Amino acid sequence: MNLPKYVLARIGFYVFVVIVATAFALPLLWLLLAPFGRQATLAVRIPSEPTLANFVSVFRNAFAMRALFVNSIIQAVGAMLLITAVATLTAYSLSRIRLPGRDMFVYMLILFSSVVTGSAAMVPIFLLIFELGLIDSHTGVILVFTGGLLPVAIFIMRDFMQSLPKSYEESALVNGASTLQMLRHVVLPLTRPGMMVIGIWAFVNVWGSFLIPFILLRSPDRMPAATATYSFYTEAGTPVITLVSAYALLYILPVLALYLFVNWRYGFQFFGGIKS
Amino acid sequence: MDDLTKRGNHILSVRAGVALLVPAFVFIGLFLFFPFIWVFLISFTNRTLLGAAAQDPEFVGLGNYLRLFDFSRWMRSGEFGHSLYLTVIFVIGSLIGQVTLGLAIAFAFNRRRGKLREIIYTLVTLAWILPETAIGFTWTAFLDGRRGTLNAILGAFGIEGVEWLLEFPLLSITVFNIWRGTAFSMLLFSAALGNIRPSYLETADVAGAGPWQRFRDIMFPLISPQFVTALVLVTLWTFNVFTPFLLTGGGPAFGSDIIAIHTYRVAFQFFEFGRGSAIAVIVMTINLILAASYLFGLKRKEVAT
Repeated sequence: MNLPKYVLARIGFYVFVVIVATAFALPLLWLLLAPFGRQATLAVRIPSEPTLANFVSVFRNAFAMRALFVNSIIQAVGAMLLITAVATLTAYSLSRIRLPGRDMFVYMLILFSSVVTGSAAMVPIFLLIFELGLIDSHTGVILVFTGGLLPVAIFIMRDFMQSLPKSYEESALVNGASTLQMLRHVVLPLTRPGMMVIGIWAFVNVWGSFLIPFILLRSPDRMPAATATYSFYTEAGTPVITLVSAYALLYILPVLALYLFVNWRYGFQFFGGIKS
Repeated sequence: MDDLTKRGNHILSVRAGVALLVPAFVFIGLFLFFPFIWVFLISFTNRTLLGAAAQDPEFVGLGNYLRLFDFSRWMRSGEFGHSLYLTVIFVIGSLIGQVTLGLAIAFAFNRRRGKLREIIYTLVTLAWILPETAIGFTWTAFLDGRRGTLNAILGAFGIEGVEWLLEFPLLSITVFNIWRGTAFSMLLFSAALGNIRPSYLETADVAGAGPWQRFRDIMFPLISPQFVTALVLVTLWTFNVFTPFLLTGGGPAFGSDIIAIHTYRVAFQFFEFGRGSAIAVIVMTINLILAASYLFGLKRKEVAT
């Protein structure tokens, strides 16, 4: 490549990078800066006198704190544990027994979960939870998330299980271990990294989802931070903008921390291109 | 040894294996398969949330569907046809934006490492994975007419800002959705481009191909499977996305009443579960066509390799 062309290409590259970086950074940057400002502002501005007063006010708000530190955690951790446990058992079984059509089964599951989405199935899901008497309960939210996220969790976990060598399990059995002992002392330690990935993935999904708690929960004292944030910024006026942004920042911190952790530990990959 | 033979050389007996599958069957059956069947049944009734039709819904045959496809009114704003029309624009705009931008970023950083790439990839990925309510909130602030960041920037260039969410609701949620979802295409394409053997590109260089020729004749054909994947999955996801509700609530005057928001409104604001279910059946049929075409394409590819 000759020199002027090369220079032009480099300039083009940097212009493109600056535009993309600005477009993606600005909305996020505001969320990072606004909570530390004294006055309500909607523009990105580095606060002249940074303050923690907004966080103090948020911490004094019982409803906000309950949503974030009790309800969101109950729902996200509950669904995370249930999804990880069930997906691990299922994926283990699918990778170790020979059932006719098990690959088809997994394909059909994925097909199903992408057809029966939250927005398509919100009516029957609501009615089902209503008939079960679980409207406005943590259990209802956890169960619906578990059903919805399981197919993808099983799919990822099965991939992981199939990459594990069977020889450890075989030697455990040859040495006289029972099936349960083998599962507990051989399979469980080997699958821990896979379970960790599924757990983080499930937690982040449930923590950040809005529609399911929005239709299934009614009373303020069961709302997770996802719906609490929404009711704050739609019902409150501008004076509390700084408070809501402080709350929103607290709310995204776990996801941010998990992203950094995963990125540092494994490198952020992606699993057959599936987020939710 | 004997024990292992009894198991038919398998680690798990079939009975134990099937027992492990039971919990998944229960959850998926109850919370995925059952709603799928039930929504069909409800769509033929006049079921509501409260009142007589809640306790004892009547069978109304195709009534709900005829109401949706009542062509004398279906294109009026707030009606089903109008919502489909907005959804098509929203999906096509998001699709073109996400795939082009994702491909451009992946291409620009192909075989590059370093801080710059790290920063861009982190920002784009965070836009994708952070909780939707927090993102919806920052975007309402970003697009605010009087004091939002976007208008402040435009003002610096002497351009008069507008109330984006009120005057251009559909454009706003489309741009928002491109911002939100580009990470998927970016990650997919950068993995695909990274897998291209350097020797192919070197051969092209030796043959004197320019960057555009190199992209069109060598790189693009090699990543076309991922390209199809991105097209189908982005369409499927965008078609079902509810997140724009957090920016506009479907308004103003139904200006951003995309199908997921429309379903929510009919079912949970008008409490017409029967009609809401009929919409859901149509949405799921379209989903099924998209998902099936993707999966069968995927299987064919696997058989081929």
